[in-house]
Amino acid sequence: MGKFWVIFVASILILLPFLCNSFSPDTPTDRRVLVLLDDFAIKSSHSSYFNSLKSRGFDLDFKLADDPKIALQRYGQYLYDALILFCPSIERFGGSIDVAAIIDFVDSGHDLVIAADVNASDLIREVATECGVDFDEDPSAMVIDHTGYSVSETEGDHTLIASDDFIKSDVILGSNKITAPVLFQGIGHSLNPVNSLVLKVLSASPSAYSANPKSKLSTPPSLTGSAISLVSVVQARNNARILISGSLSMFSNRFFRSGVQKAGSTTKHEKSGNEQFLTELSKWVFHERGHLKAVNVKHHKVGETNEPALYRINDELVYSVEVYEWSGSSWEPYVADDVQVQFYMMSPYVLKTLSNDKKGLYSASFKVPDVYGVFQFKVEYQKLGYTSLSLAKQIPVRPYRHNEYERFIPTAYPYYGAAFSTMAGFFIFSFVHLYNK
Amino acid sequence: MAAPETSTAAVPTLYTNNTLRNAFGGVLSFFILLLIGVMAFSIRLFSVIKYESVIHEFDPYFNYRVTQFLAKNGIYEFWNWFDDRTWYPLGRVIGGTVYPGLTLTAGTIWWLLNSLNIPLSVETVCVFTAPIFSAFASWATFLLTKEVKGTGAGLTAAALLAMVPSYISRSVAGSYDNEAVAIFALIFTFYLYIKTLNTGSLFYATLNSIAYFYMVCSWGGYTFIINLIPMHVLLCIVTGRFSSRLYIAYAPLVVLGTLLAALVPVVGFNAVMTSEHFASFLVFIILHVVAFVYYIKGILSPKMFKVAVTLVVSVGLAVCCAVIAVLIALVASSPTKGWSGRSLSLLDPTYASKYIPIIASVSEHQPPTWPSYFMDINVLAFLVPAGIIACFSPLSDSSSFVVLYIATSVYFSGVMVRLMLVFAPAACITSGIALSQSFDVFTRSIKFQLPGISSNTEVDAAETSSATAEAQNDAVKTEKSEETSKNRPSKKSKKKEKEEKPSTKAKAEKRLLALPLDSSVISLLLLILLGAFYVVHCVWAAAEAYSAPSIVLTSRSHDGLHVFDDFREAYGWLRHNTDVDDKVASWWDYGYQTTAMANRTVIVDNNTWNNTHIATVGTAMSSPEKAAWEIFHSLDVKYVLVVFGGLVGYPSDDINKFLWMVRIGGGVFPHIKEPDYLRDGQYRIDSQATPTMLNCLMYKLSYYRFVETDGKGFDRVRQTEIGKKHFKLTHFEEVFTTHHWMVRIYKLKPPKNRIRGKTKKSKSKTSSTSSRGKRSGSGKKNPWQ
Repeated sequence: MGKFWVIFVASILILLPFLCNSFSPDTPTDRRVLVLLDDFAIKSSHSSYFNSLKSRGFDLDFKLADDPKIALQRYGQYLYDALILFCPSIERFGGSIDVAAIIDFVDSGHDLVIAADVNASDLIREVATECGVDFDEDPSAMVIDHTGYSVSETEGDHTLIASDDFIKSDVILGSNKITAPVLFQGIGHSLNPVNSLVLKVLSASPSAYSANPKSKLSTPPSLTGSAISLVSVVQARNNARILISGSLSMFSNRFFRSGVQKAGSTTKHEKSGNEQFLTELSKWVFHERGHLKAVNVKHHKVGETNEPALYRINDELVYSVEVYEWSGSSWEPYVADDVQVQFYMMSPYVLKTLSNDKKGLYSASFKVPDVYGVFQFKVEYQKLGYTSLSLAKQIPVRPYRHNEYERFIPTAYPYYGAAFSTMAGFFIFSFVHLYNK
Repeated sequence: MAAPETSTAAVPTLYTNNTLRNAFGGVLSFFILLLIGVMAFSIRLFSVIKYESVIHEFDPYFNYRVTQFLAKNGIYEFWNWFDDRTWYPLGRVIGGTVYPGLTLTAGTIWWLLNSLNIPLSVETVCVFTAPIFSAFASWATFLLTKEVKGTGAGLTAAALLAMVPSYISRSVAGSYDNEAVAIFALIFTFYLYIKTLNTGSLFYATLNSIAYFYMVCSWGGYTFIINLIPMHVLLCIVTGRFSSRLYIAYAPLVVLGTLLAALVPVVGFNAVMTSEHFASFLVFIILHVVAFVYYIKGILSPKMFKVAVTLVVSVGLAVCCAVIAVLIALVASSPTKGWSGRSLSLLDPTYASKYIPIIASVSEHQPPTWPSYFMDINVLAFLVPAGIIACFSPLSDSSSFVVLYIATSVYFSGVMVRLMLVFAPAACITSGIALSQSFDVFTRSIKFQLPGISSNTEVDAAETSSATAEAQNDAVKTEKSEETSKNRPSKKSKKKEKEEKPSTKAKAEKRLLALPLDSSVISLLLLILLGAFYVVHCVWAAAEAYSAPSIVLTSRSHDGLHVFDDFREAYGWLRHNTDVDDKVASWWDYGYQTTAMANRTVIVDNNTWNNTHIATVGTAMSSPEKAAWEIFHSLDVKYVLVVFGGLVGYPSDDINKFLWMVRIGGGVFPHIKEPDYLRDGQYRIDSQATPTMLNCLMYKLSYYRFVETDGKGFDRVRQTEIGKKHFKLTHFEEVFTTHHWMVRIYKLKPPKNRIRGKTKKSKSKTSSTSSRGKRSGSGKKNPWQ
């Protein structure tokens, strides 16, 4: 054990430069993942999911959620890049982990996967609430759908749902279309519609509702229809990503392997969509996809190459930035036609779409407006599924210098004429007046 | 002081006696002037001795920063300086919006000293510019008063001005403000005007225009000159004192002065377009019309002249009416009638408080109280009326100018406390005249009646000799004599009143004017006592009242002297602990100091050129935390600075200025309403205060954690316990509080990384705030622990 620690500390020391920043600009993909479990049975019952992560190079560290030795950080450094909470019933974490520690973990840019379930503990609910997801407050409620359930041999209580209402985003769910419905059994949650950071990835059908299947429904259920979200993702402002699911069992080997036939539908799929859905989603959550970086922000006058300290009004300038997308192993040029730059002073004076050369270089050239002040080059790029790019570069714009105005204005020639003729006339008058006695 | 050469032949014996007297007097007055200059300089050094050699207050810091820039980058860079560190994000074109006189003066002095291998820092030069120029100002006062009433009055006036508290208040060492050089320029311009008026010399007229140009460069108060001189010219014309000297004194000033004034970037076309300059052009036209009429009168016979007058008047009146109608229409089309806000508030004292709270809010734009007259000019207030009477006997062109000067400046000083500064030189001149005249009368009475002194006959002889000399001058009346003599024309104008009085009669009159000996002696002693009172008061005012630099405060209590150096502590903290491009928001009072001392970008500063921008900051300060955070965030503000005096009892803090922020903010953003902050019309911060007041940002930033100091939250400025004691800040965090809590700096929290869900707020909130507290805990500092 002692030897192990020595090696561990040594590896930490070697890795230290890389640990300082979770998204190192070179490789944003997470590497070390802490998995907290209710009991180690989950490790084998959900092994397909874990193996798909391992095969993609993740270093999974399985711990019991109430293990008194677990810790997210040591000496101010985080030990992990991501956290998977497969422990829906835990009431209190072991070690130094609590809600605040998990939230701090996210706020410092790390990723989080939460799987809740029926009878999810207050602790898990609290973490979810902090992230903007509200689970049904009735602890024993499940999502029930009498039309969208998954057909099985035994007519159950229709809590095993087959849902195919996915978010339409290739970035989040991959470019291959998920054909088979996803099996879901668990608790539903709702999102605040004004919350712009959280996205419904898998929502329930309009006929679904959330209630306790064992008791008779006395009052109308609080959550109904497609307002119920089954799986949601959050991308925080610091681009940390969070996956929240109301069902732990949807990650299980059993659901991965089972066939699915949606009620009312004749097509029977040999294999449920769970594996494809969750694998693709995990690629997004762990930053294997949809991560952008902007580098080499440059601006200069047309015809020059050096970046000036300030511009003059009405200068012609060129602004360029390089945008790359992380493909999971390397940075590829990001190609889009909707990246815009603003020349901004309290409001955008210039708003221009950047043109790209398909190699990641975006550029635009425009004229500085006829207004002086402290401007900013702003690129605010927020696209569904991608990390947000927010670049701001301050640049003052000065008025003309005293000798940059035109010396003679054509419209003023009558005035010049008037002034000089008066001077000449005065001279002649003086001459005549003085010497004509 | 040399007597005219033409008189030498007439009375040679008396003349030699007289020259000796004059030479002795000349040397004596030279040394007196030198000593006055030394006194004017040294009485202003109390601030350096008591505190340190440091720039004072607010505006001087800006001037200092500009001077540094000038010294470093040269005049062309200064002229074209676009400053991106103030008025973020608008910026300010410093070169085009600043009166460059003071900066160029100090920059020139610095450059001169450096090229003489005297390595003084720019700051030292700036600190001592004002005392040096107050010495110049007292010499200029001597020259002006000498032109009006002779050397004695000049010396007295110069001595009075050297130590008048009103002027000291703006020119102590370190008070590096426009007024420091502008008062000298003002008096010197007036002197040259009077000099031209007395001599009729075109040389002095040109000098006068250049002096006026220097004044325009230095201070916005130059409009006082360009209105006062036309008023005087008009007065002279109306009272039938038109002469070619008046024409020479005025016409070149208007033409050259306006051309030169238009060269100053900050004035530019204003020199011909605003109503402040309108009077000068109108009088210029009137002067020419009058000159033309005099000329016509000279070449026509009286009868022809009468016909011509009726013809011209009937035609001219019609033309004039048309022109005036057009002018009035042009002027009336502008909303402010072509006047700037500050000038309008001078003409109508209630204007600013009604329409422009930003002007009314400045403490130096308030009307002064009666005690401030006694404080600032002391005994001069009693001597001024006597001086005015002295100016009327006899009334000359120059003495009527002094009367006009004092009459207008008394009015202006009554409108704005800042213009006491313009009033002070006028008061000194008239008081100097009064004192000198009364000394003259009393000493002469004593001389006449003291039996032991036999020389009084000699004096009489001297008097008669000068009188006869003058009579001769009148007889000679050549053009040449007018140029060679300096002193005569004033006497000449005096003589116009007397109209060739026989000298013997004058002598008899002087005998009659003699007062009884004992009363003369007593009055003399009383006058000296009065002067002594004045000196004592001035020294006290210079040492105690006006030498505090206001960035370092001191207070004396039973356990010794306390020094409050919180401002520099806070600016130093900002300079060392924040990023170079961070923006600091505060009320505009602290803008200049923040840019100069902390070198950080500010949103608004003491150059209140953009009312909307200031109103935005005022609105943010009067808004609840969240709204304020949004306003500040939209301006890229990183830090907010508030000044709080509640702990040590510093009365000019932001809470006391807060109502102005509400008014200025409400003037532009109507959702801020002043009555919301007042309980039954009363401004209070105790438990009776309105909820709007207790929830506004200014209250929260001022009183955050204040209760931790004494457990009650007792505000020593407002003398009450604060209304809301325990509260938390959600969008701001305290990053620095100075030793005496006088400056508190807060940082805007970044936008939340996540947006919370709805449920279980109460429970989860505690955990999240505790985590936040843990993170920011190290930044907080309580000086009382």
